[in-house]
Amino acid sequence: MKKSYLSKTNWVNFATYGMVIIAFVVMQLMGSAGMLSSTIRGQLVPICAYVVMALSLNLTVGILGELSLGHAGFMSVGAFAGAVAAAALPISSAPLRLGAAMLIGAVLAGLVGVVVGVPVLRLNGDYLAIVTLAFGQIIKSVVENLYIGMDAKGLHASFLENRITFTDGGRMILNGPMGVNGINKISTFTAGFVLTMIVLVVIFNLVNSRAGRAIMALRDNRIAAESVGINVTKYKLMAFVTSAAMAGAAGTLFALGQNTITASKFDFNMSILILVFVVLGGQGKMWGSILAATFLTVLPETPAMRELRDYRMLVYAIVMILVMLVTNSDKLKGLAGRIIPKGKGAADNG
Amino acid sequence: MKKKNLAALLMAGAMCFSLLAGCSSKDSNASTPGTDSKESQSAGNEGGNSGAATIKIGGVGPLTGGAAIYGNAAKGGAEIAAEEINALGGIQIDLRYEDDAHDPEKSVNAYNTLKDWGMQVFLGSVTSTPGAATAAESNADHMFYLTPSASSTDVIGGVANPLTGSVDIERRDNVFQMCFVDPNQGSASAQYISDKKLGEKIAVIYKNDDVYSTGIYNSFSAKAAELGLNIVSTTTFTEDSQTDFSVQLSDAKNADADLIYLPTYYGPNALILTQANAMGYNPKYFGVDGMDGILSVDGFDTSLAEGVMLLTPFNADSEDEATKSFVAKYQEKYGDVPNQFAADAYDCVYAIYNALKDENVTAETSASDMCDILINKFTSMTFNGLTGENMTWSAEGTVTKSPKGMFIQDGAYVGMD
Amino acid sequence: MLIFLNHLINGISLGSVYAIIALGYTMVYGIAKMLNFAHGDVIMVGAYICFFAISSFNLPPAVGILLAMLVCTLLGIVIERLAYKPLRQATSLAVLITAIGVSYLLQNGAQLLWTSNIKMFPSFFPGQPVELFGGELKITVASIVTVAVCVVIMLALTWFTGQTKVGKAMRACSEDKGAAQLMGIDVNTTISVTFAIGSALAAVAGVLFCSVYPNLTPTTGSMPGIKAFTAAVFGGIGSIPGALLGGVLLGLIEIFASAYISTQLSNAIVFAVLIIVLLVRPTGLLGKQIREKV
Repeated sequence: MKKSYLSKTNWVNFATYGMVIIAFVVMQLMGSAGMLSSTIRGQLVPICAYVVMALSLNLTVGILGELSLGHAGFMSVGAFAGAVAAAALPISSAPLRLGAAMLIGAVLAGLVGVVVGVPVLRLNGDYLAIVTLAFGQIIKSVVENLYIGMDAKGLHASFLENRITFTDGGRMILNGPMGVNGINKISTFTAGFVLTMIVLVVIFNLVNSRAGRAIMALRDNRIAAESVGINVTKYKLMAFVTSAAMAGAAGTLFALGQNTITASKFDFNMSILILVFVVLGGQGKMWGSILAATFLTVLPETPAMRELRDYRMLVYAIVMILVMLVTNSDKLKGLAGRIIPKGKGAADNG
Repeated sequence: MKKKNLAALLMAGAMCFSLLAGCSSKDSNASTPGTDSKESQSAGNEGGNSGAATIKIGGVGPLTGGAAIYGNAAKGGAEIAAEEINALGGIQIDLRYEDDAHDPEKSVNAYNTLKDWGMQVFLGSVTSTPGAATAAESNADHMFYLTPSASSTDVIGGVANPLTGSVDIERRDNVFQMCFVDPNQGSASAQYISDKKLGEKIAVIYKNDDVYSTGIYNSFSAKAAELGLNIVSTTTFTEDSQTDFSVQLSDAKNADADLIYLPTYYGPNALILTQANAMGYNPKYFGVDGMDGILSVDGFDTSLAEGVMLLTPFNADSEDEATKSFVAKYQEKYGDVPNQFAADAYDCVYAIYNALKDENVTAETSASDMCDILINKFTSMTFNGLTGENMTWSAEGTVTKSPKGMFIQDGAYVGMD
Repeated sequence: MLIFLNHLINGISLGSVYAIIALGYTMVYGIAKMLNFAHGDVIMVGAYICFFAISSFNLPPAVGILLAMLVCTLLGIVIERLAYKPLRQATSLAVLITAIGVSYLLQNGAQLLWTSNIKMFPSFFPGQPVELFGGELKITVASIVTVAVCVVIMLALTWFTGQTKVGKAMRACSEDKGAAQLMGIDVNTTISVTFAIGSALAAVAGVLFCSVYPNLTPTTGSMPGIKAFTAAVFGGIGSIPGALLGGVLLGLIEIFASAYISTQLSNAIVFAVLIIVLLVRPTGLLGKQIREKV
């Protein structure tokens, strides 16, 4: 019994790896053949960043079973830490600098994850959700008031007001609410692919480990899990911090693929967007998150959607609602038969 | 389990569809340039087309979301200019605007969409933060960039940060602005207030998370310190807290400020004026070009704006023929009084048209060649438009035109001298 | 002292607007157990309806408010029927995402219908502001009306859920849907009625919000929506007096934080206080402490 379960899981995992690898190879081939439009080429790195965000949030929502409405906060930490690191690090090789920046972004976001996680994970359900939302807002406000510049002497930082003075040849990196400007775009699609693969390996190994089973046991029945001696705080925090660190790395990847980033980009709406990816793709289903993140990022930018002009975002909203209604229809039909008369339930699905 | 599989199937199907749609549409683009833009051509090809070159001009702005008001105004102004130019015969303009929802990431997506469409000249982003992102992209592509309203120094680059004196972004040689660059407005306002002795005690309320507002404030405060203006209260607000100004206004009131400087857009300004009035506080107000438009806010009690001073390049009540005709056309088409965004975008299209008129450009001229032609022209030509006479551009990308000091009297602008 | 009183009044005024919105949130959450993120946008729709009734059709304000309530109630019923009802048995997350979709839909629909241009909501409360301390302190009529309406709605809702048959059915559904159904309560209809009431409240909130803070755009509802949601959680989500308390406290904290600490950080401070409150009282100030059953 146990064996067959594991093999099925493994099968899904390998299919997920395969899907990502095939997508990468196909896009690379199409790119080198000049078959990709500027729009698609411009979106490759953000798509990877959103995929990693969706995967990392899926760890919190799908595996750990806690609703987070502030995941963009960790992305923000990673984005700004990474952008500052990339500008400040004296590494000439771009891929190495990107790797180091991502590591710094991930570690910082992970640390923030500990600070947020310790109080947050004591709460339950919607109260936990609102506290993550609150932390997301606080992170946004803090970054919005942070000024970081660099000159020959090193980094200078100031809070609330820009009081930085340079000796000579200095330059502002993070300019408070104006964010980081003129970023040297060193993120590549290959880097995004590598990060996606690393994140998948980490998640699949975590889920299939002793710790992963403990985490899922907490999700399914906390009291039962606690009663058999599972350390609630430890395992919850483990999943939460891993998720935060991954979001941080995704943030760095995203930031270093943009010209300009501002704190307001990583607001409540961004958190919600990532949550939409996770729910649409299916909680706990990593391949679902990958598909949903890709699909919903590409969708509004497709020429077909652009042709809709003023109705573009309206159609996007309707698609979102319809997909939610349709994907939940099977369950609906089954239960609808018992509660409301048949036919009515089916009509509601449209 | 089943329903999730169904979901996956649907999504995969939808994705294939969307990707296919992307490819096929792109192919049609490549084979028949300029035939697939539907609405965009509503602005073009209406007048007599005598087979002259059709130039593809693209623009990006917030057409949806909280900043949509600015993007739609610019789009409207540009469309009117394109229609007028196309009716003249000669060079035809195929204008297309794409939505960026005031987001740098989406702005770059929109720019790339326009590039795929075959854009030859870029009207830039309407707002500053996305503008800085598209400016960097267009600089890498060597695509000419003339923004109607992205006034931040981050867009053109090469300007020193007034607080630290450091040049944080290199000059982008393809980028030009139709609007005043922020620091000029800030220091011009301080100079104006000091010269005319408009206020003994000055309060400033600015939008701290807005590049435009912060940029003007920084240069204003630097210049004010230099001129010895007495600033008694400085408060801020953000996108998330722009409903209630009681704290900011109380602070100004308690400091006995007799002049409030508002380097912000007219939306919050209308609210500030209304709330100040409700609390019985009636100082003088001094605004910048973002204040323009306050008189046409639906339902705004214009008597509250009596005596408000502002620096603006555009006056919708102006008596000159060009402005009157533009305002009439805009009102007929969109039902609103145009603001400075519309006027700046209108001027942008005309400036590009004037620059290209005598040049031998065709629909096949590459964006890069066009960029060289235009950079050359813009740094040497003089342009008369709705927003100013005898405008010139420096190699730094900034425009020289005189900001007109206006004040509001009986619901209309009157020039200050 | 005078300045302090001034901030106090402003805080209560802002807080009571949050409270009215939070009452709608808390009603729907308490019964349907869903976070209706589209609530803020229903507020915006209500304000627009009232705005056009008054300024375009020259109807008296009272008719404008009634019309707004009518339209919002219908809108609420339609949204519930089309978007939420089919998901009654789905996970709460699925409903949450659908609500966000509805929120986008309303915002973009409003922009298409009414453009993104700012509308200044007319101030239709007659009379001069009440002056205290020889005119040093002014309280606008709109603020007084807002506070009064807020308290009246709170009392009416408390009475409604406590005393009437429908209200009792709502409470029963909120406690245990299955058991309520066994007792002969039509759960579906009860939830629909809750949405109708919540949406009518949203219309009132929209009109009051815009008469105090008159900038009306398609995105007017989103930030107050989030703040009101925070207020509802603050007070203990599902609790009607809690929503009032949470809303007023939130308004006060926001105003005092920006007055005495920093206008830039006021939002961060509001949320920091919320976190601290929830850590001390994990279900909000007046929320029910749910004992876990094994």
